[in-house]
Amino acid sequence: MSVKKRFEFLEHTADVYIAAYGESLEKAFENAALATFEVMTDVEKVEPATEDLVEVEAHDEYALLYSWLEELLIRFDTANILYCRFKVYSIEETPAGLKLKAKIWGEPFNPERHLQKVGVKAVTYHRMEIVKKPKAVTVRFILDI
Amino acid sequence: MNGKGKHLRRQTKVPLERVDKYTWRIPKEYKPGMRVPGTVFADDDLLKKMTTDRTLEQCANVAHLPGIYKHAITLPDGHEGYGFPIGGIAATDYEEGVISPGGVGYDINCGVRLLTTNLSEADIRPKLAELANTIFKNVPSGLGSRRKDFRLTSHELDRLTSKGVQWVVDQGLGWPEDIKHCEENGCMEVANPDKVSTRAKERGLTQVGTLGSGNHFLEVQKVDKIYDPQVAKAFGISHEGQVTAMIHCGSRGFGHQVCSDYLRIMERAVHKYKIVLPDRELACAPGTSKEAEDYYQAMACAVNYAFSNRQAITHWVRQSFEQVFKRPAEEFGLGLVYDVAHNIAKIEEHRVNEHTRKVWVHRKGATRAFGPGRVEIPADYRVLGQPVIIPGSMGTSSWVLVGTPKAMEVSFGSTAHGAGRMMSRTAAKRRFWGGDVKKALEQRGIFVRAASQVILAEEADLAYKNVDRVVEVSDKVGIATRVVRLVPLSVVKG
Repeated sequence: MSVKKRFEFLEHTADVYIAAYGESLEKAFENAALATFEVMTDVEKVEPATEDLVEVEAHDEYALLYSWLEELLIRFDTANILYCRFKVYSIEETPAGLKLKAKIWGEPFNPERHLQKVGVKAVTYHRMEIVKKPKAVTVRFILDI
Repeated sequence: MNGKGKHLRRQTKVPLERVDKYTWRIPKEYKPGMRVPGTVFADDDLLKKMTTDRTLEQCANVAHLPGIYKHAITLPDGHEGYGFPIGGIAATDYEEGVISPGGVGYDINCGVRLLTTNLSEADIRPKLAELANTIFKNVPSGLGSRRKDFRLTSHELDRLTSKGVQWVVDQGLGWPEDIKHCEENGCMEVANPDKVSTRAKERGLTQVGTLGSGNHFLEVQKVDKIYDPQVAKAFGISHEGQVTAMIHCGSRGFGHQVCSDYLRIMERAVHKYKIVLPDRELACAPGTSKEAEDYYQAMACAVNYAFSNRQAITHWVRQSFEQVFKRPAEEFGLGLVYDVAHNIAKIEEHRVNEHTRKVWVHRKGATRAFGPGRVEIPADYRVLGQPVIIPGSMGTSSWVLVGTPKAMEVSFGSTAHGAGRMMSRTAAKRRFWGGDVKKALEQRGIFVRAASQVILAEEADLAYKNVDRVVEVSDKVGIATRVVRLVPLSVVKG
């Protein structure tokens, strides 16, 4: 395989079930974010015009994935920005657990130009899995639609 | 591709005993931690569908909740949810039991309201497209829908979430008589905005009066068949062909964030109070704890937000009728039959083993279906039982039922809430094309406006279970009986 698959949508009756891949936890988290926005729009049509910083903390990796994606949904709801590019540049241990730092790029949602797919209500812990192998991390999770 | 099957077929076989044609029992002995049995109301086909995912396993898991009374119930529209199945009821003791945000869900007070008119199909047919287009323009729907013309300050949002429909009507969006035709009179008084995070409030600020997306919709419908003329008449429905309007939506980002915030708090509570649960997403806190009180007060704000959302949308629907027909809305009727919640937890009194108990009733994808006499029912419906409104999927029928004494006996005064998906969104997109879905609906005389083609494909009626079957089970079990079937004339889809 020359091009590695970044994410895929798995079968789930009621909602959206995603598997995201990466050679590291950071990369898998980036692709999880990309997949989340792909649920809402055609990400290829979104320009990386604005740059924002994100920092989230949580007590373990599962909670960190949840909080990372939740933070992005909150930003979409409050700032009305669709994001298309994600760079998680560190996931560090802290006394409270883990801290993620990232840069994200996107542009204001414009229904004239951006495809309107389905809105995401929330991230869930349902069927959430983080599978770590050397150079191959897979995260799976379900979004509530 | 090869990963899929593995993840789908992991569920174990849940033992089921058939009680009667529409009632099944998951024995308490199935798992050592179950405190009560599970009860499933379904016909053979609906039950078979439930065995293909984790619905029944989740029903058995809910039966583990501390203080749960009688049984964990899964309704005919039940399907796999998060911790709790969607389409279910759990009642726990007010003091000895627990309250769980997962038993309410992310879209707190996702629900539905029905308006009636004095118009007939023939009156509206020539203007149908114009009406649908006007509603589509007046009520923002779809991804990231927000209002530019109705912005609230944070102080106003606090007032709205404290006072509910009354506050919205006071702003001129609605009629005073709307208030008493909402469950809870459109306001859970226990609401306390201090218990809601800033993030939840920020998400909610621009979304009052918006439909959102997914299965939410706004339909102009007609009465297709009347099953119970006497009750129908009391609910304002007099003849077949009569035009109605239905609004299906919830508490938007505000409610989702309240749920998300409190799931975290409840996870800590599970450790603090040493509650043993079979699934992380059943996270809960003892009914008398600070965590329970805080959640209930915050949840009530989201409940009020959703009632207010549907109230504001009602106003813009009435305004759309005025704009299209150039006459005041009052002349068309457009009165509110009722507004019901589908995702909610409440403190109620129920008979349990010959005693009246104060309980936390969790309705997750379930409609309250109180029978005659309960004080919670509006005075003008009280002798009959409450209106139960069950929306269908796009292009299919919706239903009005009436609550029954049987529901008080067997389902803590509750019944089903809708169709429930049959096919995944991914599968629906593979199978249907939005343009074809729209054309097929238009051939049946149903005008559709949707935010995108993708939504039309994902929400195709064949991707959902047949709501008529769900309603039939409710009717046959007797937990809410059929009054009226409605069919869509036009659909606005998020």
